Amino acid sequence: MSTSEEKERNVAGGEQRTEGSSWRFLVPVIAFFAGFLVFLCIGWGIFPKILYSEKQQPIDFNHQLHVDEMGDCEACHYFREDGSFSGIPKSENCIECHESAMGEHPEEAKLIDQYIEPGKEIPWLSYARQPDCVFFSHAAHVRMAGLDCMTCHGPIGESEHTRPYQYNRLTKYSRDIWGWNIAGIKTNTWDRMKMDDCAECHEENGTNQACFVCHK
Amino acid sequence: MKLDRRAFIELTVGASLGAGAGITFSPLPWKLTDDVAIWTQNWPWTPVPSEGQVSHADTICNLCPGHCGITVRKVEGRVTKIEGRQGYPVNDGGICPLGAAGLQLLYGPWRVPGPVRRVGKRGERNWERISWDKAIAEVVTKLSDLRSKGKPDTVACITATDQGTVPQLFSRFMEAYGSPNYIRTASAEDTNELAMKLLQGKDASVGYDLEKANFILSFGSGLIEGWGSPVRTIQAHSKWRSGNGKKAATVVQIEPRLSNTAAKADMWYPVNPGTETALALGLAHVIIKDSLYDSTFVNNSTSGFAEWRKMVMSEYSPGDVSATTGLSAAKITNLARAFAKAGRPLAVWGRGKGTTPGSLYECMAVLALNALVGNINKSGGVWTTLRSTDLGWPEVPQDRIASSGNGKPRLDGAGTQNYPLVKYRPDELPKIINDNPEAIQALLVHEADPYFTTMDTNRVAEAFEKIPFIVSFSTYFDETAQHADLILPNDHYLERWEDIPSPVGFHKEVLGVSRPVVDRQFDTKHAGDTVMAIAKKLGGTVANAFPWDDYEAVLKEAMGADWDTLAESGYVAKAGSTPSGKFEFYAKPYEPIELEGDSYTQPLTLIPMELMRLASGAIGNPPFCTKTLEETELKGNDLFVEVNPKTAGDYGLADEKYAMLETYRGKAKVLIHLSEGIMPGLVGIPKGLGHTGYDDYLAGKGVNANSFMGVVEDPVSGLSATWGIRAKLTSV
Repeated sequence: MSTSEEKERNVAGGEQRTEGSSWRFLVPVIAFFAGFLVFLCIGWGIFPKILYSEKQQPIDFNHQLHVDEMGDCEACHYFREDGSFSGIPKSENCIECHESAMGEHPEEAKLIDQYIEPGKEIPWLSYARQPDCVFFSHAAHVRMAGLDCMTCHGPIGESEHTRPYQYNRLTKYSRDIWGWNIAGIKTNTWDRMKMDDCAECHEENGTNQACFVCHK
Repeated sequence: MKLDRRAFIELTVGASLGAGAGITFSPLPWKLTDDVAIWTQNWPWTPVPSEGQVSHADTICNLCPGHCGITVRKVEGRVTKIEGRQGYPVNDGGICPLGAAGLQLLYGPWRVPGPVRRVGKRGERNWERISWDKAIAEVVTKLSDLRSKGKPDTVACITATDQGTVPQLFSRFMEAYGSPNYIRTASAEDTNELAMKLLQGKDASVGYDLEKANFILSFGSGLIEGWGSPVRTIQAHSKWRSGNGKKAATVVQIEPRLSNTAAKADMWYPVNPGTETALALGLAHVIIKDSLYDSTFVNNSTSGFAEWRKMVMSEYSPGDVSATTGLSAAKITNLARAFAKAGRPLAVWGRGKGTTPGSLYECMAVLALNALVGNINKSGGVWTTLRSTDLGWPEVPQDRIASSGNGKPRLDGAGTQNYPLVKYRPDELPKIINDNPEAIQALLVHEADPYFTTMDTNRVAEAFEKIPFIVSFSTYFDETAQHADLILPNDHYLERWEDIPSPVGFHKEVLGVSRPVVDRQFDTKHAGDTVMAIAKKLGGTVANAFPWDDYEAVLKEAMGADWDTLAESGYVAKAGSTPSGKFEFYAKPYEPIELEGDSYTQPLTLIPMELMRLASGAIGNPPFCTKTLEETELKGNDLFVEVNPKTAGDYGLADEKYAMLETYRGKAKVLIHLSEGIMPGLVGIPKGLGHTGYDDYLAGKGVNANSFMGVVEDPVSGLSATWGIRAKLTSV
């Protein structure tokens, strides 16, 4: 075979490649979309699972039952005489009713055995605690501005079980601060408790928005 | 399809771009950016107060003789903030940097955790914990031994004040034990009290009605640098400075350097330091000559005026005084006229924060200036504030040993023929001990740090070495505690009950009681209980002198009818009784207080500078305050001294460069800070650094100003009248 024949064949082969390149341009496009999809899934689906760690509350607390029995939120989450807010009740508040078992619920038995009898505090995990850099006063919001508990805390009073407590591994903040929607989209006032949400309400109500109002 | 090089690149680039776009359209980067920002705000080492119930409790600050009312903010029992108490008659809600930093003193690593005994050499900081019973037994054994040898008078006791039940328990203990050597640390109060004794014939101190004055002539008083009751003085200063666009008062500062007080004054007169007495008398000369004095007051309520007037008129004409002070005769005349015509003028005495006794003549001349304008015991004037150490306790029973010990003369010579007028001469102690090492066999120190605050630190250290047995009752590992053999730590001032006497320089009488506002943090004990426990173990008449069960019983009894109010509100503001009696003009030409040293080899004059942000007394500067020092005061561990650029030029010194500072008493390397605000020829040294006690937050920073100073005796009182010392600065 002459050298020229080889050349022809090579040229023919080259032509074959040229013929095949009609779909070849799709390779980077497919790769692009594959990468796009994979990372979109990572960003939306896997990332939140890695970012947040989950803990269970020490006791599965039934808010609805207590609200029915006790009346309203302030029965347990009350203001002290000096105007400061008591927050999550302490064991001593629970003892008032649960010094001995009132029913047969295993969670109540757990409360008495593990916390009330040994005289320990229940290590509740606070969903709504604002960071240390924020000075938040319940008195100013509830008593003076007349805000409803639900405005910030949602319909927690209707819950029969405590939901898991999730916290950010990096910041250690409760997930409720950023909100459960990883994109930060909110539909209710209680869905998110970032600074912008505070500011939004302050602006709507014409409240002072100076830094030192919250950051002392 | 083969995965050739080209396809590989296309695939990788495509996928990467896709990944990038995918990530961008996901919340990941945006959320992470926010989280990382928050993460950087929450470093684990950032101190964060615990969460919990917030409560407030009122008490009184005991860190300086200013005695402000304070409110502590607590979270679940832990003190998180100290604020000024609203409505308190002294400071009405205000607080100073030291008072606010009091919680660092409560929780800091310098607290003595319980009774400790020295292991190894003095000052090595090696301690072993012992029980309270053992600690008290050791003190009792030593003191019993000295008593049985008939040497009770070789025991000395130093406290910061003699006012109040706890210092008086120590004083009573000394009397029952048989030693006349109960000593109070030095301050301007020594001179104030002496002046009041001489001029008014009263056991009293000087109170200034600053708030109502409209012309303040300050003879070097650091009015916004911690003089008197610091917060109260600063609040008065604010009142002078505000008055709906027109200043409510004129402030004139006589001081050789531009302190903050001088900088904020209407007029600043840097006179030759040490000539302030001459200036006061020169001003009096003009006031008398121009007949601007209050003749009614002078004629009816004073004595000795004729003779005093003769002296002032013959020796202190503006011309004479101008030559001494360096201030022109015209300025002296104008100042005197402005002062006398002001309506409510007030001349204020006490250099810096008033931490040194100073010149008695100077104090008397300033008080005489006030008397001349009829400014004694009246609104906007100088008040005689009675000071009593009598708590109505029964007479101290004394056995033969006690009477014999108490019959001996005081070691410091106070009250003896040579120094009949003064009660205490603490600055003399180092010399006495160094001259006679047997003089003091045991030293008890309560709420004072003589090792740090006494002048001539090197001589103090030598003297401490010679005392065989030193017991400190300190709450903190201060310098005196570091050089003690035993520390029987007192409760922190926020942990204990104690009556608090009226603030210094305040014209009203305010009796306060501090109370425990936080649980006892360590194995400490109230010093009142400790001293009574020692007395009871000693037995006999010493024990009988203390019929009380515990300190609280002492306090309740001493407060008498006031107790219920004190327990309820924490203080009783008493209506000041106006003492009758005439003001005595003391006609004796002043003798200048000569500086120690040689003017030829030590051509400069070193003067202490007292700063609001630097505690210069027995309490070490807490880290909060040390942080506020400027880099022209302390840089790393190096202390700056302030000199005028002209002085620097004369002696080859340069800004921010090292120099060797040397006086007759001490020598150390310092940094130079050039300032036009100090008179040429002077060297200003910040007072309050150079600690060796406490811990690394304070120890080793700067040099102790007291280590350069010697004791110069006041020719009349015998107190230390040192205001400076000759010094040499050489560039190194």
